[in-house]
Formats: sequence, structure tokens, C-alpha cells
Amino acid sequence: MNGAAAMEKTVKLSIRNLYKIFGPDPRRALEQVRAGVDKPELWEKYRHVLGLQDINVDMKNGEITVIMGLSGSGKSTLIRHVNRLIEPTVGEIVLDGENIIEFGEARLRELRRKEMSMVFQHFALLPHKTVLDNAGTARSVRGEDRSSYEKDARGWLERVGLGGQEGQYPHQLSGGMQQRVGIARALTSNAPIMLMDEAFSALDPLIRTDMQDLLLELQTELTKTIVFISHDLDEALKLADHLVILKDGMVVQQGEPQEILLNPNDPYIVDFISDINRARVLRVRSVMDTGLDAAPAVAGTVDADATLESVIALSGGDTALSYAVKRNGTHVGYLDMKKLVRALVPTAAARDGMRNAKRRSPG
Amino acid sequence: MATYDFIFDGLGLREWCDKDATAGPMSMADLLAQGSGKGADGGTDAGGGSSGVSLWELPFPSLDALNKACPAVARTREVTKGVESGFLDIKDSLKVVLDPVTQPLSWFLEGALYAFQTTPWFIMIPLLLAVVYFASKSFKLVGFVAFSIFFLAFIDHYNFAMQTLAIIFVCALLCVLLGVPIGIAMSRSDTLQRMTIPVLDMLQTLPPFVYLIPLIFLFSVTEPKLYGIAIILYAIVPVIRLTDLGIRLVDKEVIEAADAFGMTDRQKLYRVQIPLALPNIMAGVNQTIMMSLAMVVIASLVSAPGLGVLVLRGIRNLELGVGLIAGLGIVLLAVILDRVTKAALARVNAASAVQRNS
Ligand SMILES: Nc1ncnc2c1ncn2[C@@H]1O[C@H](COP(=O)(O)OP(=O)(O)OP(=O)(O)O)[C@@H](O)[C@H]1O
Ligand SMILES: [Mg+2]
Repeated sequence: MNGAAAMEKTVKLSIRNLYKIFGPDPRRALEQVRAGVDKPELWEKYRHVLGLQDINVDMKNGEITVIMGLSGSGKSTLIRHVNRLIEPTVGEIVLDGENIIEFGEARLRELRRKEMSMVFQHFALLPHKTVLDNAGTARSVRGEDRSSYEKDARGWLERVGLGGQEGQYPHQLSGGMQQRVGIARALTSNAPIMLMDEAFSALDPLIRTDMQDLLLELQTELTKTIVFISHDLDEALKLADHLVILKDGMVVQQGEPQEILLNPNDPYIVDFISDINRARVLRVRSVMDTGLDAAPAVAGTVDADATLESVIALSGGDTALSYAVKRNGTHVGYLDMKKLVRALVPTAAARDGMRNAKRRSPG
Repeated sequence: MATYDFIFDGLGLREWCDKDATAGPMSMADLLAQGSGKGADGGTDAGGGSSGVSLWELPFPSLDALNKACPAVARTREVTKGVESGFLDIKDSLKVVLDPVTQPLSWFLEGALYAFQTTPWFIMIPLLLAVVYFASKSFKLVGFVAFSIFFLAFIDHYNFAMQTLAIIFVCALLCVLLGVPIGIAMSRSDTLQRMTIPVLDMLQTLPPFVYLIPLIFLFSVTEPKLYGIAIILYAIVPVIRLTDLGIRLVDKEVIEAADAFGMTDRQKLYRVQIPLALPNIMAGVNQTIMMSLAMVVIASLVSAPGLGVLVLRGIRNLELGVGLIAGLGIVLLAVILDRVTKAALARVNAASAVQRNS
């Protein structure tokens, strides 16, 4: 993952100038927002909730876009716009060149049935249906009968590790297993887009790591376009090809996760990332030099996708060394240990007092 | 003269008052006094009182009291008379609509009474037991029901019990057939819910006897639909309420999932909402059946056959034994119906034990 292949991908789904305001008269409130009123003020003075404000995000084909932010920042609201469980106040959602906001009811239903599937935080399985029937929900909603989806459903259940439990009911399974059913349900639908709203947040940490690995593993074969919501930075960094950070309904920064880590553009983000182990998350490719003409004396070779932590271990803490960087056997640059150490220093803004306003969400 | 003379004198209305002083109908007090066999004189003071009364005994300025002072003011009885004549005026046009609409109810009731009574007991009893087993899958319950029915039959109450059962069968079935769709409609529209709930509240709080009054005027007492309607109006409330509640309580995230996978409204209703609301709907059906039973006894006042007739006889003729034994029969029926529907409900709950755990 993590954009190892720099190959240019096409934009599958594009959110443009999207606003969402909750309240009795969102159109009028919108004018206030456009005139510069912010979220707290909109609530104080006009009693409307600013859900989303001028969102522009491109989601590329076959990539995992992670949307992250604190509780109440509008993540769920945003992902529900993609399949129009929530209607925008204004804005466009363009899928393969078509604005789905203009779709009528029948086309929208068709879209939800064939183009998108969703995985929910609390699983949202049908309690009165067996695991197998749950996995086949999307297909049976399309009007297929069991014989036509049973093989696929069984296959995916097997794949997510639930082989042999097809006949059970959801309440007989643990949370992690239920979420596997949720994932199998999304996969059985064969839709190219998968929407996952805090799909792993309700799981305990071990199972959660398991599920993240499972998702990444599946993604290498399936290359679906995945929109993943998370309020957990470690999870976001692990999964994201493209990271979007929301605050109060606004995108504060988006881009390659490594890029955001190294160049946060907002104290809010600095605050977010100050708690993580940078050495474990940052990769060699993000801090190496590519432009050097004169090759320095190198102490060895490291992989471009190796974490800085592993390089530090390799060097034994000696900052005088340099390494040659290779990707798939070809030389791509050099890594200077001094630069590496500098990358580990939290960005300047982090010391500007934001730390004491510690506002990370639980989990 | 009367207590409130001063008002009309003060307002200069004395002339208007005395101008068309007519006898008019009796005051409420006179009416009640007459009913209880006392002389009309006994009640007159309560209505008006002479001007010499102390402040303690100041009557409320009701219509009757004011009428005492000023005969031009209408009496309360004129209000009840007005309601009555108003009802009688629209009665005929109401009948034109209601009669044909409700006619099938008479047929159903007559048909069910005929079927329950003419089917020989040695077919009917096993059939009932089979239904009990099918609903509850419990041999213990089947045994209890068998014992109860044999007991009732042994003391020659079998026919009355079957009549009561037949009426409950038809009325409860119609309650479910009408109530569930109404409940579903209510769950979908907040406006409809707001409009329906006061009606349901009224149906539930009106004493059952009160339903009977307008119904007696509308339909002849010989028609089964008279008591059929009374029972349905009384018993339909819980199944409507609990269907509405059950559907509204369905987990929002599950509904969202249904939408996200592109279910149509119909698919959502049959695949998600009704199955998940079923425990609540069944609880409503249980209450509806119990309320039908309560009402079918009262309905014997308007010629509903069954055990209620015996209870009524017991009261009217002071035949203590007849009344009590029939009462025991009703209790047995109530226990049977309650246990069987509860057992069915428990099975539904077990099958979807479900959400709470997930
Ligand atoms: N139906 C609604 N009516 C009014 N306000 C709403 C509605 N739905 C969401 N909001 C508001 O929009 C904002 C964003 O909510 P949202 O549920 O998208 O947050 P979130 O980022 O998903 O948070 P969490 O991590 O807690 O799930 C919140 O301020 C919330 O109060
Ligand atoms: Mg959310």
C-alpha cells in the first residue's frame, strides 16, 4: 500500500464544493456560511448545525481514502453523502463522470445496489437471518435467488475466516465475527466501491489489527475504491493511500499520509500527530534524498518502504552513517541518518502550546 | 327569587328573560330525581335555591342554576337533547354508509358461530388442541387446555365457551388485519401518528359501556355486527400501538443498511421492519385478544351470545351459582388464550433473540 507504485490512477469518485447544513432553513444558513460565519457562531446565532463546509476530495480508483477527524467533525455525515443516505445542501458527488446528486430514485437505488456497498460501525446485520443470508443481502435485494449468490457468499465467508458458520445467526457470533460477516456482505455484493464508517472502532485492539490486516490483504487482490472512516490515527496511517483530515466539517489537510506527517499545516493536525511514534510510521522514502549526484559512503542498503525505526535498529543509533535506498532492487536514493533524526523531531508548531489542549478522541 | 337574579337584573336583561319563559325540558336534577323515584320537588332546590341561601351553599352558575333566574337561558337537558337530536339527524345518512361496510362483519360472526357450534365436539376439541400445539409447541400447555375444555364441556358449558371463542376469533382476527396496516401507516408518517394517537387514547379510556350507546342507535340489537364493532373498537388499540412502536424501534443502523443496499420500501417493510417488529406486534396481538375477551362479556348486554350471557343471567336473576361458574369459565378461557399467545410470543422472541445481544 501506501502508494508504493507511483502509477497515476484515475479519479473514481469526486466530491465537489459540498456543503451540508442541518436545520429548518439550510439554504439561508448557507449564505451566512459563505459569508464567513463559522460552526459555533452559526449555532449560536442562527440555530443551524454546520455539518460540512466546502468539501473537495478526489478518491482514486483502487485506493483507500481514509477520512479522519475527532468526534463530531462530520465524518459520518460525509460518507453518507456518497450513497446519498444524506442529501447535501449544495454540491456535487461525481462518480465516473456523473453527478449522482441528480439521480432520480430508481437510478439511485440501482447505484446503491450495484456500485456501492457499506460496512457499518455496529455491523447492522439482519438478526433474523443466518450468516449466509446476511452475506447475500445485497444480491438478494437485487432480486437474485439464493442459488445464484450462495457460492459467492460461501466463498467470501470462507475468505474472511467464517467457513462452516454459515448457518448460525448473528447473535451467536462475537463482535469481530459479526463484522467479518459485514465485510463478507459488502464483498459478496461485488460493488466496486466500499464505504466503511468506523468499521473497526467497535472491536477490541487485537481483533482490530487483525481486521486491518485482512482488509489490506483483500485490497491487494481486489483493488476496490474504499472510503474508510476512522478517528484513530494509527489505523488511518496504516490503511490510507490518501488521508483526509476533517475538523468542524472542514477539510484542514489532505494528501499522502507521510506528507501530512512531515508537513502538517494546522495546529489541529500537529496536536493529532504529536502522540504517535514517528519512527514507526515514517518510511525511508519520505525522508531520503533523491537528488544527490555524489554518492556518499554508504553503510548498507535499506528498502524504500522500510520504517525509520528499522533503520535506526540497523544503524545501532550511529548518526554518522548513510544508507543506499532501493525499491524492488533498483537504486532510488540515499538516506542520511542525520536527516532521519531530524524527521523524528515533532514539527515546530507542536511546541506552541497546543499539547496542553489535549483533545484526542477516545479509542 | 333565584341566586343569580342579580346578574340578569344588573345587566338589564330581565325583560328578555321573562319574555319567552317557556316550560322547557326538565332540569338534570329533576330528571335524576324522577329516575330515583323521588318527587320532583326534592331536587328543585339543588338547581336554584332561594335567594336566602348562605354563601356556603352558593350553587355553581350552571345552566340549570342560571335558568332558574332567567328562563330564557337554556337548561342542561336541552344540551343533551341537542346532542341526541343531532345524532339522530345524521344517523340515517351515517347508516347508509356504515351498514353495507359493516355487513360482512355480521356474516363473519354468524358464520363463525355456526361453524364453532355445529362442528361436533370430537372434531372441534382435537382441532383446538392442534392449534395450541402449533402455536406453542408445548405439550404441557396442550394438556392444560385439554383439561380446561373437557371440564367446561363436562359441566355443559361447552357451547357457551365455543360461542365466546368464535366471537373472539373473528374480532381478534379482524383487529389484527386492520390494526397492523394502520400501525404500519402510523409508523411511516408522523402526522398520521399525531392524528391517530388521540383517537386511540379515547378508544382506550372510554368505558366500554359508552361505546354501546351510539351503536345501539345505529344498528339493531339483533345484528351481530353491533357487538362485533364494539369489541373491535375496544380491542384494536394495542395491536395498532405496538405495531407502530415496534416498527419505530427497529435499529436505525439496520434501516440505514437496508437503504444502503438499495432496498425498496416494500423490501424494507417485509424483510426488515416487520420481522424485527414481530415481538412487539405479537405482544399487541396478545393484549388485543385479552381485551376482546373482556369486551365479549360486556357485549352480552347487546345480545352477544356466550359465557357472558350466563354471567348476566346471574346478575339479573340473582342466580349466584350460574354467574360464578360462567365467570370461572371466562377465567379459564382467559388463561388459555393468554398462555397460548404468550407461548407463541416467546417462540418469536427466541427466534429473534437477537438485537439485544448484537
Ligand atoms: N441529523 C442531524 N441533525 C442535526 N445535526 C446533525 C445531524 N447529523 C449530524 N449532525 C451534526 O453534524 C456534526 C457531524 O456529525 P457526524 O455524525 O458526521 O460526526 P462524526 O465525525 O461521524 O462523529 P463520530 O466520530 O462521533 O461518529 C455534529 O456536530 C452533529 O451534531
Ligand atoms: Mg460517526
